[in-house]
Formats: sequence, C-alpha cells, structure tokens
Amino acid sequence: MLKIAVCAKQVPDTDIPPSQFKVDETALRVIPPAGVPPIVNGFDMNAVEAALRLRDAGVDVEITIFSVGTGFALDVMKKPLAIGADRLVLVDDEASESLDALGTARVLAAAIERDGGADLVLAGRQASDWDQAHVPIMLSELMSAPLVTLVRALSIGEDGESFDVERVAEGGFQRIKCPKPAVMTVTNELGEARYANLRGIMAASRKRPETTTIAELAQDDFTGSETLPMTRLFVPVAESHVEIIEGEDDADAGRLLALRLREAKLI
Amino acid sequence: MSSAENRVLIVGEIADGRLHPTVRQLIGAAQRVSDDALNITLCLLADADFDASTLGGLAVGDVLLLENPEASGDADGGVYALSTDLVSEAVSKSDPSVILVAQTDCGSVVSARIAARWGAGLASGCIDLALNPASGRVAVTRPVHGGSAMAVYEFAGEGLQVVSIRPGAFEPATDVGDAPSIERIDLSDVKPSANSPVLIETVMEESEGIPLEQADVVVAGGRGLGGPEPFDDLRELCGLLSAALGASRAACDAGWIDHSHQVGLTGKSISPNTYITVGISGASQHMAGCSSARNIVAIDKDPQANIFTHARFGVVGDWANVLPAFTAAVAELD
Repeated sequence: MLKIAVCAKQVPDTDIPPSQFKVDETALRVIPPAGVPPIVNGFDMNAVEAALRLRDAGVDVEITIFSVGTGFALDVMKKPLAIGADRLVLVDDEASESLDALGTARVLAAAIERDGGADLVLAGRQASDWDQAHVPIMLSELMSAPLVTLVRALSIGEDGESFDVERVAEGGFQRIKCPKPAVMTVTNELGEARYANLRGIMAASRKRPETTTIAELAQDDFTGSETLPMTRLFVPVAESHVEIIEGEDDADAGRLLALRLREAKLI
Repeated sequence: MSSAENRVLIVGEIADGRLHPTVRQLIGAAQRVSDDALNITLCLLADADFDASTLGGLAVGDVLLLENPEASGDADGGVYALSTDLVSEAVSKSDPSVILVAQTDCGSVVSARIAARWGAGLASGCIDLALNPASGRVAVTRPVHGGSAMAVYEFAGEGLQVVSIRPGAFEPATDVGDAPSIERIDLSDVKPSANSPVLIETVMEESEGIPLEQADVVVAGGRGLGGPEPFDDLRELCGLLSAALGASRAACDAGWIDHSHQVGLTGKSISPNTYITVGISGASQHMAGCSSARNIVAIDKDPQANIFTHARFGVVGDWANVLPAFTAAVAELD
C-alpha cells in the first residue's frame, strides 16, 4: 500500500471581492468577512485530487490529510474526506498562530513521522493566504526526501517503485522520474478537485478527525516563529482614475471605446 | 551594529552563459542593507566554461564561482538539491548575515532549502528592503493574500536572514569602474544525492500567437465570458491589434483556454503598454500578474468590479454587445 500524506491548510475564502478584504492593523490579522466560511487552500485541494487520481489508476493508496492550525471549521476541513481521502489528522493548537514556515514544517514532519511516515507527501504549490510556498520545500529538506515542485500530472512508474511526474516549467513541462519517498507540490494545472457526492459527504460526516497538539508531538521545540515577526499589515489604497466610456447602448460604448483608445494612442 | 557590518551573500543565476537579469536587481537590493560594496559577495552557480570576463564591473566586493560540472543540469527538473549544496558551501565560506536570492524557479527552492538547513528566518517575494539602524536587522515588505494586503516583517534575534526578492521589483544596480575579485571554487566533489529525481525530458509547448511576456498589447478574458467560444472573438481582436491572448485563472481552471495563457500571481506576469480585459473582475490574484501593465482597459458588466479601480478606460456593459462593436470599430481604424 502506498501511504500518501496530503498537507492542507485552512485559509480565508479567496473569492471575496477585494473591497471586502479587511485587516486589523493593530492585531496584524485579517478580519474574515462575516458569514463567509474559510476554505481548504485551493492548491491543497489540487493535491488531494492528485492523490485520488492515483487511486483511480488502480494504486492501493491510503490518503491522510494533515493540517496544522487552530479554530478549524470541521465541515470545511472534512472536504477532502468527502471526495475520498481516508483520514484527517489535525494538529489543533493556538501556538500554531505564532509558527513560521520552518516551525510548521517541523510540526508536519513530526506528525507524519508519528503516523508511521509516508511514501509520498503532497501539498499545494503555495497557500493563498501568505503566498510563501515555503513549507513543502522545507519539509523535503527536513525529511531528506527528494522534492518535485509544480506537479501537473502524477502516476506510478513501470517499476512500481518510483513516480512518473510532469511538472510545469517555463514555456512547457518536464517529465521526471522520482524515487520514493518524495515530497511534491501540486499546481492548479493538474485540474480542479472533484465534487463530493452525497454518499461521500455522509461518510465524511461520520468520520472523526484524529486531533493532536504541538506539545504532544514535540520531541524538541518548534521555535522559529520569532525569526521573522510581522510588524505591519495594511491594505494598500488604490485610487481609481478610470474614464468610463458611455454610449447610447453597449454597442455604441464599444465603438466609442475603440476611438478613444486610438486617440490616446493605446492601440 | 552598523549597516557596514552586514555581510550580504547574493545567490546569482547564470542562464545561457550570461548573468540572469535578476543579478543586478539583487545587487540593487543589497545596497539597501549594506552601503559598502566590499561587504557584498556574489556567488554564482557556474559551469567550468563560464566566461568570468563577461562579469564587468559589478558593484560587489567579490564573486565566488561555484563550479560543478553537473550544476547546470541541476536546474532541470526543479529539484535544485545540488544547487543548495553548492550555495551551502558558499554560506560556510563567506559567513554572511544576509542571503539574497531572486524568487525564480531556482531561487524559490534554494532559499527555502537553505533556510531549513541553516535554521534561518526566510522572507520571500519581497518588494522592498530596509535596514533598521537601531537593531541592524533587515525589514522587508511583501504582498500577502494574493496582493490584497502588504505585510512588513523584521528579522528578530541574531541569526541568518534569508530574503528572496520578487523579480523586477528592484532597480538594477549600476556597474562600477573596478571589476570585483573573482574566486573560482572547485566543488566538483559535491555529487547529486543518490535519491535525486531524474529529468527524463523537457517538452516545450508551442503557445499560440504572440508570447504574453513580449506583447505590447494583451487582450484577456475571464470568468464573465461564460465559456470557451468567446475566446475565439478575443482571438479575432488579438489578430487586429497584434496582441497576445491572456486569461484569468478562473477561465483556465474551467478549461476554456490553456493554462499557458494564465495571467496572475501563479500564472504569467506581464507588462504590456495596453491591457484590455473582458469579463475579468480583477481579483487581487489576477492583478498581481498585470500590475506592471501601463494602461488597463476594462469591459465588464459589474460597475463595482475591482478591475475598474485599476483601469484607465472602461466600459460598463455586457461584453456580448460591447465586444463585437469594439472589434468592428478597431477593424476600421487606419
């Protein structure tokens, strides 16, 4: 059996209009808009999809979701379970708020290790909140495992012992053979995660997450968060200077726009 | 600690036998934290046949050429384990307080690996750097939440500070008269690890039309188009304007158009003179890829759409009515 660990992060919904995006400049936090639930980071859902496609291809896989955070919305974090992941391990700890990427990578490495390790660790190419793309790369370094970034297709090699990977590269893609165990980051080019069906949602609702804390995992300390504290967080002000072209109707406005752009030498 | 005591190590890349354009930008960034060029060291991942005489008068104290016969092959496959090993040697040798890397495919991976290996703090994709004169530590500014917000961070403690800069965010440093001292470091005994991934082949995909990054005019469509067919209308407009065709991530993920056209934070960064968007609301993630466009022209039915905040010209209306008339009028222009 191929053990797959997928690292997934709960993040604010990215689909809210920028005008609703607010921060608390004193607490240095993002204020989630009222009534908008968080989501599983979209790229992490692409990673779950990559794992599910291995199963579709007939590989015997166990897919475990690992997440470090606090204030988890369980129905959100169960989404990967609803589309076919087997287990959910939550490191639910207020102390995670002050972890930096290296600290988070250390916690994830310890959680995966305690779970008996993994043949393949998958994560999204980056998280849509802080856009860092650090954790999976650091995880590969901590686990001394080979790393492939920006994966858009993944299958088991003919030898059954390695992975055949396609990764996005400038102007095209690269085919790579990667031994296991390995760490890979998945990009949206792989394709969107499948939708959950009712049976999946029901099954996920009956599953309980396996919850642990940083302290329970700590063989040593996971400090590192103090290396790079945030000192300021703000929303840049964009002043609108748009000239709206109006006409008798939409078509007329389109015609006038062409003339105005030529006049301004833009086309 | 005064700024002069900050020792900066720049990790520079070589592409096709030449300095990568980000190298002089990195030197420009280094000058924000170290006013003495002698405290700036540039290490380059180089083949033995790299012609160091092409380096000219770079404004750095010394250059370390990290020579390894397999270094250029390491760039393939996005693995960069060997590059990390080589840079690690340069870190040991030059004992820097700050490491500067560009947020390229290579730099993103090497900076995170180096930070993990050396237990260092890491700030990536920075668009501004400053030195806190009181603490002697580096403060950085970077866009977060897809560009919806900006965050400032300052390195604490006394440990190594690793910073990656966003390509294009810093003015390149001007060369000085004197050539830096160049030291070749033979690292041919550093071998790729046995469990490294192996590159089988690199496949270049012919993208249709004019490359996005080089186009003077870009026409792009988004979720508002509702399907793949309207992109044919945009292709027609592109033909008239000698423009490249772009798209938002939503349109690409929906399968309406190939991902090679994606503009945005995780797609291509473009800087055309004129960027015409149709049915794109202008989410921060999209704007991150076109913020260097000099003139944005937006066609969208939602007057509240964020794209109009950034646009110079706009039409609020249904693209299905606006676009055909616009295209017809463009065709009639001289």
